[in-house]
Amino acid sequence: MNFIEARKLVHEYIRRDEEGNVENILTALDQVDLDVKQGQFVAILGHNGSGKSTLAKHLNVLLTAGGGSLWVDGKDTLDEDNLWDIRQNAGMVFQNPDNQIIASVVEEDVAFGPENIGVPTPEIWKRVEKSLKSVGMIQYREHSPNKLSGGQKQRVAIAGVMAMEPKCIVLDEPTAMLDPNGRREVLDAVEQLNKEKGVTVILITHYMEEVIRADQVYVMDHGKVVMQGTPRSIFSQVEALKSYRLDVPQITLLAHELRKEGLAIPEGILTRQELAEALCRLY
Amino acid sequence: MLRDITIGQYYPADSVIHRLDPRTKLMGVLIYVVSLFVFRGLAGLAAVTAALAFVIWLSKVPFGYMVRGLKAIVIILVITVLFNLFLTPGEPLVEFFGLKITWEGLEHAAFMTVRLTYLILGSSLLTLTTTPNQLTDGMERALKPLNKIHVPVHEISMMMSIALRFIPILIEETDKIMRAQLARGADFESGNLIKKAKSMVPLLVPLFISAFRRANDLAMAMEARCYRGGDGRTKMKPLKYKRADVFSYLLIGGYFAVVILLRAYL
Amino acid sequence: MSIILDKVNYIYSEKTAYEIQALKNINLKIEDGEFIGIIGHTGSGKSTLIQHLNGLMRATYGGIYYNGQDIYDADYNCKELRSKVGLVFQYPEHQLFETTIFADVAFGPKNQGLSKKEAELKAFTALRSVGLKEDYWYRSPFELSGGQKRRAAIAGVLAMEPEVLVLDEPTAGLDPKGRDEIFDQVAKLHKERKITIILVSHSMEDVAKYVARLIVMNQGSILFDGTPKEVFAHYQELEAVGLAAPQVTYLMNDLRKRDILVEGSATTLEEAKTAILQAFQKKQN
Repeated sequence: MNFIEARKLVHEYIRRDEEGNVENILTALDQVDLDVKQGQFVAILGHNGSGKSTLAKHLNVLLTAGGGSLWVDGKDTLDEDNLWDIRQNAGMVFQNPDNQIIASVVEEDVAFGPENIGVPTPEIWKRVEKSLKSVGMIQYREHSPNKLSGGQKQRVAIAGVMAMEPKCIVLDEPTAMLDPNGRREVLDAVEQLNKEKGVTVILITHYMEEVIRADQVYVMDHGKVVMQGTPRSIFSQVEALKSYRLDVPQITLLAHELRKEGLAIPEGILTRQELAEALCRLY
Repeated sequence: MLRDITIGQYYPADSVIHRLDPRTKLMGVLIYVVSLFVFRGLAGLAAVTAALAFVIWLSKVPFGYMVRGLKAIVIILVITVLFNLFLTPGEPLVEFFGLKITWEGLEHAAFMTVRLTYLILGSSLLTLTTTPNQLTDGMERALKPLNKIHVPVHEISMMMSIALRFIPILIEETDKIMRAQLARGADFESGNLIKKAKSMVPLLVPLFISAFRRANDLAMAMEARCYRGGDGRTKMKPLKYKRADVFSYLLIGGYFAVVILLRAYL
Repeated sequence: MSIILDKVNYIYSEKTAYEIQALKNINLKIEDGEFIGIIGHTGSGKSTLIQHLNGLMRATYGGIYYNGQDIYDADYNCKELRSKVGLVFQYPEHQLFETTIFADVAFGPKNQGLSKKEAELKAFTALRSVGLKEDYWYRSPFELSGGQKRRAAIAGVLAMEPEVLVLDEPTAGLDPKGRDEIFDQVAKLHKERKITIILVSHSMEDVAKYVARLIVMNQGSILFDGTPKEVFAHYQELEAVGLAAPQVTYLMNDLRKRDILVEGSATTLEEAKTAILQAFQKKQN
């Protein structure tokens, strides 16, 4: 079985009027199938309101299925007995760095998760140190989070999740509020966790540059998974992405445009080097 | 500006005082505050001053940094001094415009100023040397007996520590919204009281919405990190009395005895 | 008409241990009708700088002249300056407070002392010019999507009919389509209403595509001030301070290193495309 397996997952936000009659139904997830293997780096792309954040909340059982099924780490998310197990094994990082840091000292915040799941004190210290090191924030352990940059705060949030020793980490638009340097910091930290510690990563974003590093990309629109594949195969469908309110990295777009002008450049160019090489071969 | 308030802020340093158990510090502050209203005479003042100076020195918090926290109470101080100065009956020293300053008034005013200043300095020392989490931990433990009569001690202390964490964020946010509305021509200063109150709407509504949004986000983040109340929680920094704490309790007791004795016999 | 900054310095908590100089000797002349981009990373002083332009922050030293008038003169009307230089803050949708979008957009003009009717007329025009559909005008801000709220908030500043519009990262947090829509709308405003636009952004690709003049801030000073082409020619210096040129600018260099003779430097996709196609054509001939 895959680490995460969603089958025809449905989520509806139902709005009722004062008498309790249904006013309207918004289908945020519409028959979503998702398969993530242990250790994979999966990116979920979609415009604002495409349902990607709703999906993220299901993975951590902050929401539960209104139809279909979702299994995380071999456990059914609909079974309430699995709730805390799943939350521990699928840690979650949110968009706003300020609104997820609970404590007033970095190391105490990282300790919050392990404290909640009853980890013994000496073990908490070990975990806090290890996870702060893994995101390169150990020198800030005694600092106040208020004085940190956005990228640093997000790395603390990641450390807070890592201290629970999850098998998987779900990041819901972790870079949307950061500047380019902060974005790079966070992505590097995430990639390192995936490559070196084998943590399964699910990155939810609308920044196209960020999904280049993923093994598998899902594109969502109106609650449905509309595209699925490797970054290269996704980025070779420029027009389709545009129809879902997304775009491709500038270099990929340039390659696409040049192709349209008749240069025989392969589809799905991801980096500057690839484009330069492709042009070199043609020249 | 609002940023200058140092009361309630933690000052990171590595000192004996920082390392003390928060319960010890809470007890120390309690005794200290009582002693401020018990002491009498110059000898008592000397004892209190010596104790305060000693603890400040131990805490490694720069004195100038602490004094900045006093700014917030300057107005209260001035009012108290004036009241004491002019309204204490006794032998008049000087008289002008029908007001008289008495020797007793002068003495009262001086002692009141000292008491209030020492009160703020001493209690700010508690928050300066104790992280909000430790502080709430200490209160949680100290108030634990109340759990038996169904006071949600853990929840209250969790709320307090979150409030302390978000105060600076919300202050910054207020500042930001204020500027944004000023840029749209809002006027927060002129007009009478009703107009002023009305002009706060563009500031308060967004601030409340933002606070609710943050609260909502935070609740979700806490749940995602397996928070489910105080039961079964362990602590990274569990409270444990060390030798320094025992020693401190002895010192606190000794100090209190000296203040009482000085009051009784001098 | 112009804005002139003459040796503007801004110092936080002056003469204390916490003294930070956020702006150092800024000299700047902004002409009427310009489209300017300001880039620099967090803490470079760009936010401080733009708040000086409408008088929200006051220079510690130095002077600012709007249309030749010293804005620090005792009898200068600061409130009027704030409506002439409209400032859209980051995440402006967070300031919406009225029960309907329309009422919120009318807040600015009302503060200018206009009658209800006039204010509503301005709100009407502003909402039109940001391209927000009429169905949304009388709804609560809560019912709108992030991108729609953003536009409504921008309309709230536009309704005051500023001569200069300053936008601090107007597309932060929006998806690619939402981002393009906002930028296109701003470019349209510049073209059709000849408003001076000052755009603060983190994205080199975006500023290169839209602005005619680019100002790079670093540690409170102006590092470069010129056309995007001139500025991005210094890509090595930009990298040294943690910034970068657009990807296509690097590509042109990569290509030259591989002996593909592309001419000139490109800062936008269109320029790069033209240069590469020309190089291939030349080779064929």
